Amino acid sequence: MNKYVERIYNGIIKENPTFVIMLGMCPTLATTTSAINAIGMGLSTTAVLVFSNLLISALRHVIPDRMRLPGEIVVVASLVTIVQMLIQAYVPSIYSALGIYIPLIVVNCIILGRAEAYALFNPPLLSFCDGLGMGLGFTFALTVLGSIRELLGAGSIFGFQFIPEAYHISIMVLAPGAFLVLAVLTAIQNKLKLPSATNGDAENPEFVCSGNCMGCFAESEEKAQAPVKKEA
Amino acid sequence: MENTKLLNLSANPHIRDNITTSSIMRDVVIAMIPTTIYGVLQWGLNAALVVIFTIAFAVLSEYVYEKAMKLPITIGDWSAAVTGLILALNCPPDIPVWIPCLGAVFAIIVIKQLYGGLGHNWMNPALGARCFLLISFAGKMTSFTPVGADTFSGATALAVLKADHGATVSLVDEFIGRIPGTIGEVSKICLLIGAAYLIIRKVISPKIPCVYIATVAVFTFLFGGFNLMFTLEEILGGGLIFGAFFMATDYVTSPITPNGQIVFAIILGILTGLFRLFGGSAEGVSYAIILTNILVPAINSVTIPKAFGKEGSKS
Repeated sequence: MNKYVERIYNGIIKENPTFVIMLGMCPTLATTTSAINAIGMGLSTTAVLVFSNLLISALRHVIPDRMRLPGEIVVVASLVTIVQMLIQAYVPSIYSALGIYIPLIVVNCIILGRAEAYALFNPPLLSFCDGLGMGLGFTFALTVLGSIRELLGAGSIFGFQFIPEAYHISIMVLAPGAFLVLAVLTAIQNKLKLPSATNGDAENPEFVCSGNCMGCFAESEEKAQAPVKKEA
Repeated sequence: MENTKLLNLSANPHIRDNITTSSIMRDVVIAMIPTTIYGVLQWGLNAALVVIFTIAFAVLSEYVYEKAMKLPITIGDWSAAVTGLILALNCPPDIPVWIPCLGAVFAIIVIKQLYGGLGHNWMNPALGARCFLLISFAGKMTSFTPVGADTFSGATALAVLKADHGATVSLVDEFIGRIPGTIGEVSKICLLIGAAYLIIRKVISPKIPCVYIATVAVFTFLFGGFNLMFTLEEILGGGLIFGAFFMATDYVTSPITPNGQIVFAIILGILTGLFRLFGGSAEGVSYAIILTNILVPAINSVTIPKAFGKEGSKS
């Protein structure tokens, strides 16, 4: 498979940021009250992610290693501001529905995660495709989640009414419903062994997430600090 | 060769009793029969249908889930029936029957079975489902039928008290159950008969319910304006008696340590008082119990009693 196409496939299916890597849970849970909000959130994040990956990858030899987080934040924050203004100008209804969650894209785990894990080590075009794949995977996951929640909680999808109001389970469009639907979808994905990095049969999969983020973080910190200790 | 009998070894526990899960659960069902009959007689056919279908759906969903997951079938232990019955008794009498049925499926599959079945659920399944329904169908879950042909409003006694602090509700009516409310919570005398049966059969200890009700009484008295009448009306008015004897004492979701049970009951009482007096809705028993259920593992771990012989030593 072409390596550019592979990055996109990887983002949408294999390492889907929502169902597999479990990143960016805050916007996932908060903005999927309806399918249209979910798509709006997913596409704005995709726009930021694609260009932040491209720019950070292009600047990866310029940004000093110790200053990489502030450097990334500056790039991401500038992009988010642009996207926010564009949304406010052209789709004000989405802008008012998403509210604080548009500025919060700055601190979205997926964007910083892809910048840290991928864009800093790979050429710009490949990073661009990685961002596109991750963004589309995020949009896809959010839209599925938003459609199911909207259908159960408000009886409609994209505003088209299917179920009479007496049968709406309104907890589904409230916060607990987000957790319930996300958990059920993730369980189905695991049960059916849909293709993903964690469901592979390989003995040493390249990507294994046990859900223990702190342990993973500590491990990577140790790895990073090991050579420094030797020097001292 | 008779001595070989003495060499038999077995793992503890060495003292066994005839009590089983199903005998306990059967006793709980028996204890709830008086209040169920009272509710059905007072409100008629729909209440009866709610009770029957909710129990049926609870048992059926347990059977279907365990069959589908190839687990041992545990519907014989009556626990699903108890969950269904408690949920039904927590619903208003004129609710459309499919709503508590949906709640029963949610209680058994999501709250109980997904966590591993009876003994592994951290939240009382019936109450969890009740809160699920309360949030989802707020209107239908809180519209209560007035009693008999009287034309007084459908507000519960607690709602009346909440709306007007000076209002009085007849304590006798509250005690007998001639007030609007959910199917099973209104008749305090029937509930107390059932509770007495459970205590005599040693199925529940009176510790949690008594401390719980006492805490609510003290809290309501202190923060409700030192009004004894108001305090009594609050205690008898809503689901407190039902919750204290039948739901807070659930074996799975209450602490096992003796001191932990007292801590648990006091937290329950304070939360219930807070929700009732300062919260948005008139009733707070369900939310208080499921919130405190979350704390149970923590309560258990900080109240482990000292082992015999180690009381004086500093650890």
